[in-house]
Order: sequence, then structure tokens, then C-alpha cells
Amino acid sequence: MTGRIHSFETFGTVDGPGTRFVVFMQGCPMRCKYCHNPDTWDFGGGKEYSAEEVAHNILRYKSYLSNGGVTVSGGEPLAQSEFVYELFSALKPHGLHTAIDTSGITFDKTDPQCVGRQQKLLGVTDLYLLDIKHIDDGAHKSLTGFSNSRVLDFAKFLSDNGKDIWIRHVLADGITDSDEYLYTLKNFINSLKTVRAVEVLPYHSMGEVKYEKLGVPYPLKGAKPPAADRIENARKILTLTR
Amino acid sequence: MDFKAWEGFTSGKWSNKGEVNVRDFIQHNYKPYDGDGKFLAPPTKDTLALWDEILVLSDKERKAGGVLSADVKTVSTLTSHGAGYIDKKLEKIVGLQTDEPFKRALQPFGGIKMAEQALNMYGYEIDPEVKNIFTKYRKTHNDGVYDAYTPEMRRARSAHILTGLPDTYGRGRIIGDYRRVALYGVDYLIECKENDKLNADGDMTPDKVRDREELSEQIKALKALKQLAAIYGCDISKPAENAQQAIQALYFGYLAAVKDQNGAAMSIGRNSTFLDIYIERDLARGALDEKSAQELIDQFVMKLRIIKFMRIKEYNELFSGDPTWVTESIGGMGMDGRTLVTKTAFRILHTLTNLGPAPEPNLTVLWSERLPEGFKRFCAELSIKTSAIQYESDDLMRPEMGDDYCIACCVSCMRVGKDMQFFGARANLAKCLLYAINGGKDELAKDKVTGKAMQVSPEFAAVTGDGPLKFDEVIKKYDNMMDWLAGLYVNVLNLIHYMHDKYSYEALEMALHDTQVRRFFATGIAGLSCAADSLSAIKYAKVYPVRNEEGIAVDYRIEGDFPKYGNNDDRVDELAVWIVKSFMNKVKSHFTYRESVPTTSILTITSNVVYGKKTGNTPDGRRAGTPLAPGANPMHGRDTNGALASLESVAKLPYEYARDGISNTFSITPESLGKSSESRIGNLVNLMDGYVKNGGHHLNVNVFSRETLLDAQAHPEKYPQLTIRVSGYAVNFNKLTREQQDDVISRTIHSSY
Repeated sequence: MTGRIHSFETFGTVDGPGTRFVVFMQGCPMRCKYCHNPDTWDFGGGKEYSAEEVAHNILRYKSYLSNGGVTVSGGEPLAQSEFVYELFSALKPHGLHTAIDTSGITFDKTDPQCVGRQQKLLGVTDLYLLDIKHIDDGAHKSLTGFSNSRVLDFAKFLSDNGKDIWIRHVLADGITDSDEYLYTLKNFINSLKTVRAVEVLPYHSMGEVKYEKLGVPYPLKGAKPPAADRIENARKILTLTR
Repeated sequence: MDFKAWEGFTSGKWSNKGEVNVRDFIQHNYKPYDGDGKFLAPPTKDTLALWDEILVLSDKERKAGGVLSADVKTVSTLTSHGAGYIDKKLEKIVGLQTDEPFKRALQPFGGIKMAEQALNMYGYEIDPEVKNIFTKYRKTHNDGVYDAYTPEMRRARSAHILTGLPDTYGRGRIIGDYRRVALYGVDYLIECKENDKLNADGDMTPDKVRDREELSEQIKALKALKQLAAIYGCDISKPAENAQQAIQALYFGYLAAVKDQNGAAMSIGRNSTFLDIYIERDLARGALDEKSAQELIDQFVMKLRIIKFMRIKEYNELFSGDPTWVTESIGGMGMDGRTLVTKTAFRILHTLTNLGPAPEPNLTVLWSERLPEGFKRFCAELSIKTSAIQYESDDLMRPEMGDDYCIACCVSCMRVGKDMQFFGARANLAKCLLYAINGGKDELAKDKVTGKAMQVSPEFAAVTGDGPLKFDEVIKKYDNMMDWLAGLYVNVLNLIHYMHDKYSYEALEMALHDTQVRRFFATGIAGLSCAADSLSAIKYAKVYPVRNEEGIAVDYRIEGDFPKYGNNDDRVDELAVWIVKSFMNKVKSHFTYRESVPTTSILTITSNVVYGKKTGNTPDGRRAGTPLAPGANPMHGRDTNGALASLESVAKLPYEYARDGISNTFSITPESLGKSSESRIGNLVNLMDGYVKNGGHHLNVNVFSRETLLDAQAHPEKYPQLTIRVSGYAVNFNKLTREQQDDVISRTIHSSY
């Protein structure tokens, strides 16, 4: 089984707990306006690797991963669920903590095959970092090109299956930072049973250079990272209180 | 033996008549500490007042162009100057290199020309009589070396395939066991040396004669050491009676060394566990409280921070930032499994908080996976705040060196008082590869007579033709060229160290060693990653030489991609390993001076910038004149798989072939280390543990953002104490040349987003 991979980060410290080896999968159906990895969109890009060779590569770093583990990010990792399953299955016997950083967009609760695949993956995955781009469906569509119903379905699916979740939310001025949206998001989060953390990720413009390289117009040209007080505000609102 | 000063100490071998054994004293008396840093005390008023005075002087020095005041007349010896103070009434630990703070001493024994030039560069004139004496009547080390250099040696030196050789300045890197002064008192040390001298009898071979002469010099130096203390009203002839006296006596030992020698690196050893025993005894007696204990350490460290030498500006370009490498080794584990971390390890590191960050002393933590967690986290937290600590693997060094070794300069380990080393700077192996391609003709340096490319080595067969370079051919020629270079290099060093022993012998430092010492012959390598990437390019891509009208390959055209060192890719990492092993084996095959044990280091400090300037275009695509990577680091920007892949490439280099150390500088932005302060500490501890576990030797840890550095470059006055770590030592960012600052800024800073 091979997977298309964009790149590796051997010292990941911001995608899950502790020090993590991060695999960035290639290919994503979404086109989020603030995406900082547009180079991972194209399903035909990246390089093919077998799950076995990636696992072998990761295990070389085992000494460093004792307080962390492995995160598969992307791109959209669940677009290559079978590969991720095989990779994690190879890592699990070595005691590594596994996490998936996903938008949940590929999840279709009406498709038994899809549900079955995700069910199988649950068994070898310790944590999901679920990125809820926008809680408002209309705004989600305009931001990513897709409805958020599959994302929210996936959150419920994880919760119902008792799987640990970290909710991530990118904060972008005038797009995702209004109190109204944040309170709605918080209500949704509170409806889930297994959320262990909520991370507010302030938008940054460091992805812009990648757009230039790809010759793709940058949708958020001129947008500024949110001010400290807006970040603080979002963190306050989204901090879990039940 | 039974001194009153030893009351309360457990006796052992160390206290037997005729023994000098500081390690045994430590093992019998120290108290491991496995807690955290909560017990630490803030600086006292006196300490802060004193430090303020030093900051004022530092600022004046910077404004004066780098040197505040210089002695042009008095040749520095142990007793050459009267007492000097920063502010006598505030000082708990006394002693300066001259009679005034920040006044640099005149030290011409390494070379009078250098001493004179250094003074001239800063607007001073050497006293004509001193110049006369050291030109007409007293030969210096530098004169000796140049009398003996062969034409080939001079060529290699001027073409910079050998660089930084200690032929015009003090070799340094020799560390006296300064603790002996405190523990035994100088009288007893003299008695032991007198005894050794009596025993150095029999056939008067040249070696025996030299031994006797050196012992006499050592005894004289010890007597002068007592006088030095007496100038400050102190008596160090007997063992120290309390913590203050112990620190003071130890410091006098070190001060005497820096008055005697203007060495490249004047490291101080491994003192915290030793001093802790005195502090603990005083605390138990009620003679000291935590605040006053910290005050002693703060003021001791303050003195070490202001050690200064008079050096030429080129020297600062090579090593940058007015360095002294007052390396103090901290922590580590004992052979019996107990940690050597004590509260005083914390106290010394705590000076970075109490006095703010500083490049000196060069605080070096000997890291082991088994270090107490509280200490690991304390170090990591301080690293993140100050970038002023370097780490070396105790787990790698302890098996051979035991548990009483220390680091000289940046990465060179030696058993305290039992080993010394002959410092040998380094050979540029990237340039050596270019020589292999061009048959020993330098790609940049010209022959002064013919105006053509300088033939530095004997004429070797060059690679001919314009087709792609053939790996097998190049590697064979490279191997031959390394044979030549290693042989020449070893001989240059043999000659240099013969002369240094003869004209600038380190009598005081050697008096604080056992009479029978082990000597290391410390060679060094520069340009490793550039050479490895170049070989990789030749092997895995197509590299076409571009020749000038003389037929010299002066540039390379690369078709295709190739694996690069720093990505944990065996295809190229093995080439780097091969280079290290081959070069070391070649060094080993030659005669080395005074039965010294050959070693090598992969360390360039900041000299990678200067070496790069003198190295032409290389087959990996590096442009002529641009910096080589520092130490064993990958080339700038070529490590693209994150920090751990980069560390793992370096960790593959075989320490057993590079016993003098493998330096790696790791720079990361705070954000990339983790989101919270807590996770940053955890991740850094984890990284250190992993690196040490996987065989890494040394790591400089810098935590800062590119923006901070750019801002510091533009507004130095805003960052008077910004310290960064550069390949084995720390430096005040403001003291780097503009070029070096740019190099630091452009180096791989790991960041993720």
C-alpha cells in the first residue's frame, strides 16, 4: 500500500501533544481561503511512499518521541485512510502515540464503506485533531467551498465512539472571529463528549509565498493576523466549561 | 595528613600524604541534588551594584571601539601588576588581570609582532624597550615556528587549506586543576612537585632534561601564585577553610593562568560539585545562608565574565566576538550512578538570571539521560530564556574519560589535571576536495612570482576533461590528497607545539596537572558538510567542471538533484562518515609530538565564515567566498526534513573517530519549540535526551526568532546582553562582525507553521 506524501517534519511540536513526527499527506479536496499549505492540494503531487518505508523512517526517531508520537496531517489525511491505517498499524506495536490532523471533510455517514474505513482507523488512532473551519454552514461554504455537515458528522462520530478530540479553529479577522460564531461553535463543542482541548490558531500570512510559487492568486491578500485581544477573546469563549 | 581546614570532610585516598586526588575528595564528600531550582536566591545589593559598574565599563568599551584600556609596557606575569579592583568594598572575590578592570595585559611570549599589531590596531604604541627586548634578546613562540616552517607549510598556510593555526598566538586549551589550590594549598603542591623533580633522575636524555626544566618552571610558577594572592592580601599557601576562601583560591589559580597565557581558549574546568562541598559545609555550620552562597558564586562568575585579552582584529574575525572560552563544565553522572549535579550546579547557571545572559563563562552542561529531571528542566528553561548554555553528552564521554573530566574550549574533553592537549586548529576538507580535482593547485590563491594558480601540494594528477566528474576517480584522488594534507598538517602541528613548549610553556597550568600527563594531539576538520554534499552531487547528480583559461576547475555546473547531508539520508551521511574516518586514520598514521594521542574535532566556531571566504566554488553548488557550515552542521537551508533529521545526520558521525568533539549548533524559534512554556521545556528536554541516546555529542541551543536578530543588528543598543551560541561557544551578538551576524541570521533556524 502506498500513499502520496507531501513532506515530513521530524520535530513537530505544534500538532498534538509533545514532540511529534509529522507526515504531511498530499491532496486535499478543500480550498480554504486561508490555507497555508496550498502545495498539498493537488492529489497528483507529492511523492509515493509505501506505508512500510514511512513507518521504518519514523521508527528511526523513536528516541525523541517518548513524550509525543506521530501525527498525520496534510493535505487531507482521511482522503488516504487505508494508507494511514496501514502506517499506524505498523507503528502501534512500537508503542507510539498516533494522531490525525483532519478537516473531516471526506466523512460520509450515509456510506457504510466510508464509515467502516473510519471505524477501522479508530482502532489504531489515539487522538484526532479536528479542524472546524467554520460553524456557520454558509460561511463554511464560502470559506472552503464545502458544507460543514460532514465535518460536524465526523465530530459526532468520534464523540460517539469515545475517541479523544482536540478541536482546532483558525481565527481570521472578519471571517471566523465574531462572538456569535464563536459562541455557536462553543455550544457545538459542548455537545461532544470527548473533546480534550480546544486550540485557537491565529491566521498568519506565511503561506502567501507558497501561492506565489504556485502561481495561484492569494485569496486573503492583505489580510492581517488577528490582534492579541481578539485571540484572547476567542480563547476565552472557546475554553471548555460544561 | 590532617589540616584544620579539612574539619568535617570525610577522609580518603585524597587525604593521604603524597596524594593529590580531587576526584576522590569529591566522591567522598559531595551531596547529589535531585530537586528543582526553587531554593535559589536573587542577587544581593552589592552584586547588583558591582554588575552595574561592569555594564558601564562594557558600554564604554564598546564605544571605544572594542578596547577600553591597554598596558603597553608591563609584560604580564603572575606578579607583574599591583592589586586591581572594580569596587573594592563590594567585592567578595578579588583579583584582576591587571591593576584596573578592562585594562588588557601585554602578553608577548606567543609573538611580539602580534602583541604590537594588536596594540596598534586599537591606537596604542608598544613600549620601545619591551619591543627591543622581545626582538633582540628574548625569542618568542612565533619566531621559533617561522624559523622552522618549510616552504610547503607556508604555502598551505597562506592558501588557507590549514587555518587558525596557533603559530602566532597562545595555543590555550590547557586547563589546570584549579581546585587543587583550594583543597591542598600551594605549599603542599610545591612539596609534591619538588618530590617529582627529585625522582626525575637517571640518564640525562633530552626528554629527562626537559622534564627537570619544566618541573623547575612549575615550582617557580607555584611560588609566584602565592605571591599573586599576597598582592591581594590573601594567603593561599594552606588549604581553604571555608567557601569564600575556596572560591577565592580556585580563582587565583585561574587568574594566574590567564596572566601567564593569552591562550585561544582559557577554560576553567569542572568546579561546581567541588565548590558545593565547601558551601554545604558552611551552610551546615551556619556560616553562610543561601543568599550569601549565591553572592559568592555570582561574584566569582562576574570575574570570569570580564576576562579579556589583547588580540588583533583578524583574530576576532576568525573567532569573533572577543572570546576567551572560560568553559565551565556542569553536571554529569558519576561512575557509581549518583548524579554529580549539586545545588551549586544550579547556582552557577542561576547567574544567567541574576546577572542576565552572557557569553562567558561558557556554561557547558554534561547531559545524561539519567540526570535528575528537575535539573534537566531547569537547564531547558534557561536555554529557552537565554540561549547561553551548550550541552555535551556525558553518556558518550564518561565511559572513557571517567567522571572527573571537563571541556576545554567548546567540545574537547580532558580529565581534569590528568590530560592536556595540543590544540591544532583545523584543515579545510572542502578545499582539499577542490585540490583533488585540480591536482593541488589552489582555485583562488595565485603564485606571487608567476601570477598563475598557486601549486600548494606537490603536483598530483588533476581530473581532466569537461565531462561529468566520475565519482570513483574523484574519491580516489580525494583520498590521496587527504593523505598529503594529513601528513603536512600533523607535521605543522608537531613543529608548532615543540616551539610553544620551548618559548611559551604553560608552567602554572601544568603545575596544576599530574607530572605524568596524557597529551592529546587535537587536529580538526572544517568544511565537512560541504565536502560530503559535493561528493554526493558528483555521485548522484551530474557535475561538470567549468574551467578557466589556465584549465583550473573554478566552477561546477550541476544537472539533477542529489541527497544532502542533514536529512538523515544514509546515501550522503555515509560519505560524511567516510571523510571523518579516513582523515582520522591518516592523522593517526603519523608521528605525533611528545607521544600525544591523536584526535580530531569537527568544530569551526565561527571560523567557517573566514574559511568559506578562502574557498572557491564547490561541486555542491556553494558559491565561492560564501560561508561553510559551522562545525558538523549541514549546509545552510539544505536540511528540509525538520530538526530531528538534521540532528540524526550529525549523530551518525562516529565519535570514536572524532574524540575531540563534534559540534552542532541548533537554532529554533520559540514558537517551533512548542505552544506553551511548559511544552517548550518538555520538548527541549526530550530533544536532548533523544540526541544523546542516539549518539550525538554536542549541541548548542539557540532559541530566538530571526526578527529578534535583525532588530538587534539594526539597534545593538537595545540588546546589550543578547547572547547567541555559535558552534561551541557563546558570544555577545553585538560583538560579531556584520558578516558573521548575517551568517548567523541566514543559518537554518528551524521554524514551523
